[in-house]
Amino acid sequence: MSFTQNIMDVSIWRGDAQAGAFAHFEVPAQKSQTILDVVAWIQQHQDPTLSYRYACRVGMCGSCAMMVNGVPRWTCRTHVEKVLEGNKLEVAPLRNLPVIKDLVTDMDSFFDKWIAAEGRHHPTASRLDPIAAISPESAGRVKANAGIECINCSVCYAACDTVASNPDYLGPAALQRAWTVYNDAKDADKQAVLDAVSGVGGCHNCHTQGSCTAHCPNDLDPMTAIAGLKRVSAASFFKRRKARA
Amino acid sequence: MLDIRLYMLQRITALIMAPLTLGHIAVMIYAVQGGLTTAEILSRTQGSVVWLVYYGTFVAAVSIHAAIGLRVIIAETFKLRGMALSGFTWGVCGLFLYMGARAVMAVTMP
Ligand code: SF4
Ligand code: SF4
Ligand code: FES
Repeated sequence: MSFTQNIMDVSIWRGDAQAGAFAHFEVPAQKSQTILDVVAWIQQHQDPTLSYRYACRVGMCGSCAMMVNGVPRWTCRTHVEKVLEGNKLEVAPLRNLPVIKDLVTDMDSFFDKWIAAEGRHHPTASRLDPIAAISPESAGRVKANAGIECINCSVCYAACDTVASNPDYLGPAALQRAWTVYNDAKDADKQAVLDAVSGVGGCHNCHTQGSCTAHCPNDLDPMTAIAGLKRVSAASFFKRRKARA
Repeated sequence: MLDIRLYMLQRITALIMAPLTLGHIAVMIYAVQGGLTTAEILSRTQGSVVWLVYYGTFVAAVSIHAAIGLRVIIAETFKLRGMALSGFTWGVCGLFLYMGARAVMAVTMP
């Protein structure tokens, strides 16, 4: 019995913030191989200077996302078989973020926008107070739960055309986080959240075309979360004006 | 580039435009079917405060709505920002208001 191993044609983007180009590698295909396996194989066997980022390798940490054949994906959980196009693979740094080196992007702007979207807890009680019971079936909790499995991978941020054309736009992940905080019964400052998502880079810039939802590897739905923010901010718009007058 | 004020303004003007558009289409169909001539139409619209208010409102809503919509397209496509973007938005709004107002006056002024 003869066995010929398939050799894949892999292009990897090499460079820094200033310039770069694709480099070509021949990589033996293996069973159940992931994109991260391919990148690691190149670094271990062909070019030890190749930079890339990963940590958990099981889809928990959100650090391994890259563009694979033009599509943003979590590389540790993406099987080569699923995305190979005519024996070719093209791996590039995540879109919409500045490159540090090779496949490593600078994710500061992504995380800074989480803070700008007020996606942080505003406590209703101190540690000395008893813990309030929240029913898992309550409407707010169901809405909040929908977004809590986000792993901050920035795949949705890379998929979003509005981020690409408007660098101020907070983006799907940060806005989804804001929606989660807004729906948390234990959050004390919902108006701060609404104010944070109503500025020039806020939720109202979303075109509702759903690239974020289509690409989220955890099957989350930032588009619907953003629609929720638009709805509640619009409803409170006149109420607030009256309150201020 | 699209904060909540502009977003609300665009939604509200859309709400104003929707019934006015339907009314406009209904009147067009009525006028065409009845075989009204230009002179007959003008004799009804000229000097009519109702038609002045109707189409005046329409033009105002369209000018605001379209200016905000084009603002987003221009900002996202050509990366226009700041004063240039505000200037563009106001310019488009003003142009549509001017053109619309001329048309409304021609049809409703006696
Ligand atoms: S639905 Fe909104 S947030 Fe999601 S990709 Fe489209 S513009 Fe971006
Ligand atoms: S919403 Fe999904 S795609 Fe976006 S950062 Fe969270 S897990 Fe990643
Ligand atoms: S390495 Fe942690 S999610 Fe891929």
